[in-house]
Amino acid sequence: MPLLSILIAIPFLGALIVALLPKKRPELVLPVGLGVSIAPLAVAVWLTAEFAVGDPSFQFGELFVISDVFGVSWRLGVDGISLFMVGLTALLFPIAIAASRSVTDRAKTYMALMLILEGAVFGVFLALDLLVFFAFFEIVLIPMYLLIRIWGSGNRVYASIKFVLFTAVGSAFLLAGIIALGILAGDTAGSLSAFDLPNVLAVELSETTQLWLFLAFGIAFAIKIPLFPFHTWLPDAHTEAPTAGSVILAGVLLKLGTYGLLRFNLTLFPDAAVDLAPYIAALGVVGIVYGAAAAIVQPDIKRLVAYSSVSHMGFIVLGTFAFTTQALQGSVFTMISHGLTTGALFLLIGMIYDRTHTRAIADYGGLAKVMPVYAGIFLFSAFASAGLPGLSGFIGEFTVLIGSYMTLPVLAIVAGSGVILAAIYLLWAYERMFMGPVNSKIEGLKDLGFRELAIMIPLIVLILGLGVYPKPVMERIEPSVNVILDRIESATEFDVPEYGREPAPTIEIDHSDDGHSDEEGDH
Amino acid sequence: MTDFLWLVVLLPLVGAAVNLIFGKRIGEPFAGWLGFVVVASSFVIAAIPAYDVIAGTAEPVTVHLFSWIPVLGVEAEILWDPLSVLLTLIVTGVGSLIHLYSIGYMHGDERFPRFFAYLNLFIASMLILVLAANYAVMFVGWELVGLSSYLLISFWFTKPEAAAAGKKAFVVNRIGDWGFLIAMMLIFAAFGTFDFHTIFATAEGVLSVGMATAITLLLFVAAAGKSAQIPLYVWLPDAMEGPTPVSALIHAATMVTAGVFMMARSAVLFEMAPVSGAVVATVGVLTALLAAVIAVAQTDIKRVLAYSTISQLGYMVLAVGVGAYSAGVFHLTTHAFFKALLFLGAGSVIHAMANEQSMLKMGGLRKVLPVTFATMGVAWLAISGIFPFSGFWSKDEILAATFAKGGAWLLLYGLGLLVAILTAFYMTRLFVLTFLGGRRWDEGVHPHESPASMTIPLVILAVFSFGFGFVNTPMRLGFEHFLEPAFHGVPHPDALDDSVIWTLAIVALVSAVVGIALAWRRYNRDELPAENTGWWSSAMAGFHVDEWYGRLFVLPGKRGAELAGQMDAKGIDGVAHGIARGVREAGTALQPVQSGKVRGYAGLLAAAGVVLIVAIVVIGGGF
Amino acid sequence: MTIAVAVTASWYLTLAAALFSIGVAGVLIRRNALVMFMSIELMLNSVNLTFVAVGTELGLIEGHTAALFVMVVAAAEVTVGLAIIVAIFRKRSSADVDQLAELRG
Repeated sequence: MPLLSILIAIPFLGALIVALLPKKRPELVLPVGLGVSIAPLAVAVWLTAEFAVGDPSFQFGELFVISDVFGVSWRLGVDGISLFMVGLTALLFPIAIAASRSVTDRAKTYMALMLILEGAVFGVFLALDLLVFFAFFEIVLIPMYLLIRIWGSGNRVYASIKFVLFTAVGSAFLLAGIIALGILAGDTAGSLSAFDLPNVLAVELSETTQLWLFLAFGIAFAIKIPLFPFHTWLPDAHTEAPTAGSVILAGVLLKLGTYGLLRFNLTLFPDAAVDLAPYIAALGVVGIVYGAAAAIVQPDIKRLVAYSSVSHMGFIVLGTFAFTTQALQGSVFTMISHGLTTGALFLLIGMIYDRTHTRAIADYGGLAKVMPVYAGIFLFSAFASAGLPGLSGFIGEFTVLIGSYMTLPVLAIVAGSGVILAAIYLLWAYERMFMGPVNSKIEGLKDLGFRELAIMIPLIVLILGLGVYPKPVMERIEPSVNVILDRIESATEFDVPEYGREPAPTIEIDHSDDGHSDEEGDH
Repeated sequence: MTDFLWLVVLLPLVGAAVNLIFGKRIGEPFAGWLGFVVVASSFVIAAIPAYDVIAGTAEPVTVHLFSWIPVLGVEAEILWDPLSVLLTLIVTGVGSLIHLYSIGYMHGDERFPRFFAYLNLFIASMLILVLAANYAVMFVGWELVGLSSYLLISFWFTKPEAAAAGKKAFVVNRIGDWGFLIAMMLIFAAFGTFDFHTIFATAEGVLSVGMATAITLLLFVAAAGKSAQIPLYVWLPDAMEGPTPVSALIHAATMVTAGVFMMARSAVLFEMAPVSGAVVATVGVLTALLAAVIAVAQTDIKRVLAYSTISQLGYMVLAVGVGAYSAGVFHLTTHAFFKALLFLGAGSVIHAMANEQSMLKMGGLRKVLPVTFATMGVAWLAISGIFPFSGFWSKDEILAATFAKGGAWLLLYGLGLLVAILTAFYMTRLFVLTFLGGRRWDEGVHPHESPASMTIPLVILAVFSFGFGFVNTPMRLGFEHFLEPAFHGVPHPDALDDSVIWTLAIVALVSAVVGIALAWRRYNRDELPAENTGWWSSAMAGFHVDEWYGRLFVLPGKRGAELAGQMDAKGIDGVAHGIARGVREAGTALQPVQSGKVRGYAGLLAAAGVVLIVAIVVIGGGF
Repeated sequence: MTIAVAVTASWYLTLAAALFSIGVAGVLIRRNALVMFMSIELMLNSVNLTFVAVGTELGLIEGHTAALFVMVVAAAEVTVGLAIIVAIFRKRSSADVDQLAELRG
């Protein structure tokens, strides 16, 4: 059974069904949309359960050649990295849709766009053909643009256009890079061009070619992540987007960038990746500190969380370019965890916004007295985002930091300061919104209802569960990450530090050096 | 019997979860009893296997629970050795007394169940910390302790001071945690594991002295955060914004001991880095001195105790610095008893005085609060270091160990002795102002002795504050031998001659008596000396360290953050907007070309064709 | 006396060039849309002529194919183009292209 194709097709078909719903029955839209979006979740859970742990190859593979001449094919597959990206997508979409009850204007269009978006995101994570990947990568843009443009708040026109323009600039480079690479691959494969991942991987590229192609791919992903200094579209887009849009944007769409870096930049252009790694990782670290610092002074709570995303994504980039198994696994884990925690925070902000229609921190105060349950869940999510051990955020960032130190010690140490800054911006915001005397404007607000709790509980359970017992996720990620490292190791001079990839090292007594620089470590 | 150790940690966690979710339905006082029972059960479950360890019939064991972060080789394991046995018993023992006490103290608070949920979480976090078998799991407890302290300090969150104090505690602690994080990076890069056993067994061969120094100094930064040492002590005085049982818990049994415990746990590493030892010892003594001086001038009964905690922690840190780890842990233990007693006693006083905390408005409470008076008296003598109370033995041992190092260390010894005098002085001041002399109460205050649930813990703690010192006297070093297996063969500090030991003990005793006498003369009278000018007010305000920090770090930090915020709007977006404007203006400039006249276009087209052909012919040299 | 002049490809090409130039001049000079349209047809036919001439000269079938192709496209173009011109004429009672400058930038 072509499971992965079905996974992509369900939301698209669902969008069609939603579009065909009778106009006179608007109340049907939400349940139908929710129902459709839960089906992929079931598929994703099944995939995770059936996924062969320890097998580094792409599983559940599908192949259908679209064009021999141009070397394009419908090749799908799941490895330990994309598995959880698919899972995260499948989880966040039903939640975001369930949280969209306040959308009543053109609800049918809204729902159809959400479902198209979901299908396209699945396509991005599952496609193993560069051209198909690119197609889905672009399809994602349109529904997201419309979601912000039509259902956004105040400054939505500016924000949506900024989002599209920034991303489109990156895509132009990406398309050029893909075509160039495809033509080069075509020479090797004996066709006009070749975009299939196995064919593309087989090409021998000179260092200069790698460098240019790396930059072409990299700039598209860097904007999507977003990496400092390409991040300024994000606070605007996040702030103006409707709740569900923000959840999806932060939870899923940003991961398209980091996923692209992992899947393509690292494996296709290993030489360039190794050469450029310190610089890109440094940009990531700048993002960590800069995003956190900017978050501290934001007067708008949604903007604050948006800037915190810039900070968290910096950790992912740092881990990606540290080239140790620990750091890479930490990166992938942080992608998952950031989707959960930031998603939770945006949902919570949406819930309070529905009540008060203000996002200004100064308009609140003493909220914990008025809405204790809400406050508790908010604090939980805030601490999860700040990387409190026992919750999912910690596992990822801790692993990234420890793993990065072995190859990029200075950057890892600076990145560690992110833990302080995260505590400052989140707790200060919490203090101003939830503590102190009760602001007269918010007296008498209703605490979370059953429906809202039901939306939050899956996220809470996962955040806690992954924080306490991350092993099932980690053991699925590990082989896929090691494949990337093996490729880098075999293609370049780079030597991946061994700690953790082997059982506990045997220690030589004479070996009394620091043991932390790049080439060190016991072999 | 160690098979059930996981329950020790799990029970308080379950208690916390139950009270958090169903607390409202359980209500007062059952929520409190539930909280108490889970911690007390933890104590019992831990005490049974602990008995074997104390009796010396059991070896240290590691209990494996599950694999936590496989890629870093982090296992969730319980290390059951004398050090963790001791701390577990203190945490659960003193902890359960504080729970019991809180049932009375928090009576009538609308968030009564929530309070016990947080208390239980605090105990559980602390247990994770002390029972951890590797640095990573220890860090979990370390951070969770920070979380629980945040929740408890800002428990009365509608008070802005409480909200700010909780945040301050967490953020300052996180600065220390940065040190812990970096230390862990270094450790992992060197050892490839966080496991205590592997690290301590192989440290000698793996670490260079420089690396050991770096790691231990970073660990000390972390410890300075949790154990409130210079320069990170500033959160602790503010932490008294929380309910008084919380202060007792934070200051005595749990949070602040974490730093000392962690350094004692890392004794092997500290032993390899003499420079770190010197730094640690110096910072410890200076902290002890500074805090003692500030404590002398405080009028708020809880603030005196807060600064006294910092000062006593300075002693423990000094002990670690001089390599007398068991002496440090010994003082940690006795301090846990008498400081918990002091805070709970102070709570009882505050409770009786209708939330009045200024000692200037107390006095003469001896007759009204007999039990509190008697038990506080024991604590006062214990912390002052009067023979044979517990504080005497533990403090003396630290000072003796410092003295034994000789040379420049004698200076530290001298400062330590000075702190001992000051300690006796300010504690006597507190005791006299509160319980003796005339009544200076506000009108309408009718003090009364606290209920049994509050006085019983006081009595139990008083017994230990008095007698616990006898487990380790110069005549019989029972405590030291008991802890020995936990330190992986770290050598004992140099032994002194018996005559020197006794001389030092007498010197310490004399200084304590001097301090008491001075304070007694000054304060035990009807007319109190005026203490609100010059030096006194400066010390009262903690020498304005908070303001200095505000000016030196917080303000520039805020500026920097604002700059970052503006740079986005003006710098980066400025460039983006600039590009957008450039495109628009280029379009405007080229607009006339688009005349709309077909013949114009055709003309251009033809001209372009001609130019192209000419170009091909001339430049390309024909077809 | 007969002067045997071989009609070589260059004759045809010269003719085609002349036709093309006339076409270009017509498009540039005349303002009537219909006349401009005829001039464009002239240019298309000159290209056709070139195709056929070169195709014959080189003995390649592609030239003739291209010519047929152009004819088909031209026919289609005429249909659409004339329709547009008629529509414009109906609306404005004039076919003067200089008055049609709605797409001015």
